[in-house]
Amino acid sequence: MTRVSRAKRVGGAAKRRRAPHKPVQVEYLLRLYVAGSTAKSLQALANLRRICEEHLAGRYQLEVIDLLENPALARGDQILALPALVRQLPPPVKKIIGDFSSAERVLVGLDLRPLHQGRTT
Amino acid sequence: MCGGAGCGKTLFAMEFLVNGAVHHGEPGVFIAFEETEDDLASNVASLGFDLPGLIAKQLLAIDFIKVDRSEIEEAGEYDLEGLFVRLGHAISSIGAVRVVIDTLEVLFSGFANEALLRAELRRMFRWLKDRGVTAVITGEQGHGSLTRYGLEEYVSDCVISLDNRVVDQVSTRRLRIVKYRGTAHGSNEYPFLIDEHGFSVLPVTSLGLDYPVSTERVSTGLAQLDAMFDGGGYYRGSSVLVSGTAGTGKSSMAALFADASCRRGESTLYFALEESNAQVVRNMRSIGLALDVWQRKKLLRIHAARPTVYGLEMHLVTMHKAVEEFRPRAVVVDPISSLITAGNPHEVKSMLVRLFDYLKMKQITCMVTSLTAGAGLDETDIGISSLIDTWIQVRDIEIAAERIRGLYLVKSRGMGHSNQVREFLITSHGIDVLPVTLGAAGVLTGSARTKLAAQQRAESQVRAQEAERKQRQVERRRRAMEAQIEAMRMQLAADEDESRVIAEDMQVDEPRTASRRAPPPRTHSRPRSTNGKQS
Repeated sequence: MTRVSRAKRVGGAAKRRRAPHKPVQVEYLLRLYVAGSTAKSLQALANLRRICEEHLAGRYQLEVIDLLENPALARGDQILALPALVRQLPPPVKKIIGDFSSAERVLVGLDLRPLHQGRTT
Repeated sequence: MCGGAGCGKTLFAMEFLVNGAVHHGEPGVFIAFEETEDDLASNVASLGFDLPGLIAKQLLAIDFIKVDRSEIEEAGEYDLEGLFVRLGHAISSIGAVRVVIDTLEVLFSGFANEALLRAELRRMFRWLKDRGVTAVITGEQGHGSLTRYGLEEYVSDCVISLDNRVVDQVSTRRLRIVKYRGTAHGSNEYPFLIDEHGFSVLPVTSLGLDYPVSTERVSTGLAQLDAMFDGGGYYRGSSVLVSGTAGTGKSSMAALFADASCRRGESTLYFALEESNAQVVRNMRSIGLALDVWQRKKLLRIHAARPTVYGLEMHLVTMHKAVEEFRPRAVVVDPISSLITAGNPHEVKSMLVRLFDYLKMKQITCMVTSLTAGAGLDETDIGISSLIDTWIQVRDIEIAAERIRGLYLVKSRGMGHSNQVREFLITSHGIDVLPVTLGAAGVLTGSARTKLAAQQRAESQVRAQEAERKQRQVERRRRAMEAQIEAMRMQLAADEDESRVIAEDMQVDEPRTASRRAPPPRTHSRPRSTNGKQS
């Protein structure tokens, strides 16, 4: 399918800022699945962006997939609950569902918590 | 669709889809939570379901949904819109009208928020209904409830409960329709089977008693026995039971019936539960029945199977299948009593009810034999008596240190029948029902009958001799009388001769007398004396 073309890139600004280190820095490949532009999905996207910018600035790439447009894509990542975030990279694949209102849980889900804590302290 | 592990929920659901696709051209979607597409396809391939073929024909779509809690982190509010999207996509991709969700309860292990899950499930069932699809949802049986998570609350139209119980080491699968809105449904538990053709449930074919009946008679194979049934034999499509103790000739009676049926050119199916095919043929040859000839002519088929080889349901299904395949006009089951080893009497009865009911619907005459323990009527026989139209009891009668085979008709619905206990002999030519012999002391059987016959023979011989003697006596007397008659006739002749001579003499004398009267007589000596005598 036309997964890549449909995908919307977010976080371009961050990448542009750290242009020379780009190949090394994009270590988080994230994919957000939503169903339509509902208030819940917009909320989720906004929350996610905030968290990513805060903790993964410049190191991530985010695809947003609207399942109403591409229902067949739900199968690939075994999506049931929405909104769902799938961490494609680094392995293993991780899934987080919810509207990401709890940043802490998102970070735990992305295996970022210990790393982040190590950096801040 | 609810039930415990291993009772066939997935298969039931899959068959719903496959049959819909194959027989009704209705596409179906299988949402699998437990097995992958490949697993499902290979599991049901043994039942002859070609899932990849159906998928290629756009008649089936399988979507495997993996729910793994360890992979999913919950962060805030969510809903199951993804499931809806996938379901909707699968349905619309092939235009499905049938949907199976197997097993929905896996969701409960995948998500922590049960309240949300329930709300979403309720929404999903509503949604499925609105889309106009028929959905089969499977669920694990819970403790004290039909499903573990109470799914039956949401699925409101029809609930079917499957069950796999082991009683006396025999496992029987049972099915029960718990509720089915808007219909009258059988509320009993019905045993069912999963065999190489899939799911088969064999309830009593009709809830009511409304099978057709025939007034046509079929011969029992014995003219003398036919005569006991008002001269006609059994009704076509009736059920006949021959019961008796060991060695009373039940199987012979059954074989005779089969033989008679084949002789009429009607195909006959013989279920031998105690003997092998070859053994039945050999044994029946000893009484002059050439069953192998009928077998070669494809009029007779013998199905030999041990009763214990599988459960009762399997027996019933095997019989059904054999009947469907061979389409016989008559069926023999020899003996039904050995089925008891494959189930308890109650189950045997229930199985036989269904068997008889099925055969009656098909207007197939059915003869079954039953081994009884005592001389009287056994409990098992009484149990199935209500199903039987004609009941022949064969029994040993012990009289004066000999065993006599006797048969009598316990009942025969809808026809006049003899009330006599008739003696019969099994000879190398078949069964011979002997005519009733009345002696001085009543009906005679066995050697008493032979004795009477000998006595009668001796008596008739004596009578014959007596008659001969009398005849000889008469002859002698006749001869003597004839001789006497001859002698008398001779005497008579002699007398007549003499009287003629006298008459002639008289004629000679007369002119002389006349002439003497005119002239004076010349001689007086003789004529005078005669004259004197005459005067």
